[in-house]
Amino acid sequence: MVCSVDSTPALAPSPARSLHRFANPGRFLRISGWLLPWLAIPALVLTLGGLAWGLFVAPPDYQQGDAVRIIYIHVPAAWLASGGYLALALCSAVALVWRHPLADLAAVEIGPVGAAFTALCLATGSLWGKPMWGAWWVWDARLTSVLVLFFLYLGHIALVRAFDDPTRGYRAGAILALVGVVNLPVIKFSVDWWNTLHQPSTLTISGAPSMHVDMLWPLLVCIAGFSLGFAAIVTARLRAAVMERRIRGLLLAQAQAA
Amino acid sequence: MTHLPYIAAAYGLAVLVGAGFAVDAWLRVGRARRKLEAIDPRRHGARPGREHAG
Repeated sequence: MVCSVDSTPALAPSPARSLHRFANPGRFLRISGWLLPWLAIPALVLTLGGLAWGLFVAPPDYQQGDAVRIIYIHVPAAWLASGGYLALALCSAVALVWRHPLADLAAVEIGPVGAAFTALCLATGSLWGKPMWGAWWVWDARLTSVLVLFFLYLGHIALVRAFDDPTRGYRAGAILALVGVVNLPVIKFSVDWWNTLHQPSTLTISGAPSMHVDMLWPLLVCIAGFSLGFAAIVTARLRAAVMERRIRGLLLAQAQAA
Repeated sequence: MTHLPYIAAAYGLAVLVGAGFAVDAWLRVGRARRKLEAIDPRRHGARPGREHAG
């Protein structure tokens, strides 16, 4: 089944009309086809450059030694775990409120990528924790809340695929995604609300970063590269999903005509 | 370099996850494009996204 701008109600409110301008699959494929190289190439350059900078150029920490280099993966992965879930929840809200035909597909495509980056965050945290804390895992508030986020991603992935009617699956997944948003402030403020083994935030919007500038720059480059890479992967997956939906619609039409 | 096995494992995992998803998305787009070009009468000779679709 293919939805198009033609289904937009004539008297729809302005935000819905402007959102539905991008609901046309042809327009989306045109825009995303133009956008994809602008996301993918800088993502590759920034990620590889940032990782090489962090691995070979950035100085070791005076306490942690070279294990600090794991943060050049762990911090961007953690940022994308939460940021990806926020994007998933926003797409779910748009799909629920405005019935935007691409928003539900976007939420479905963000899920596995976000789950993978959350798993990467947890795994790299363990790889850092073993030499620094002496344990692969502790039931610390930050670690536990990120583990809950991983389970929320898995729940969303399972739920959207659990129904014969995809629309019901998208709706159930959207509700789960919106309920799970409550976990995001818990993750963010867990290191302030509770006495955690995990250190407080290194980067804050209001305050100065608590790390040396020689470590900060490669970290920021890695965060930018990972974010662009995440956006490129989700855009490519969404392009594929739009085309696959069109294929299903055409095959159905051909079967009905035969 | 201290803690080399942990660092190598972390960077290896990052490359595996990033490259895995990127290659999967690229292959999936290619498969969908080829199939769509084969069955969509409006797409003969046109690449998806370069024509009007509804």
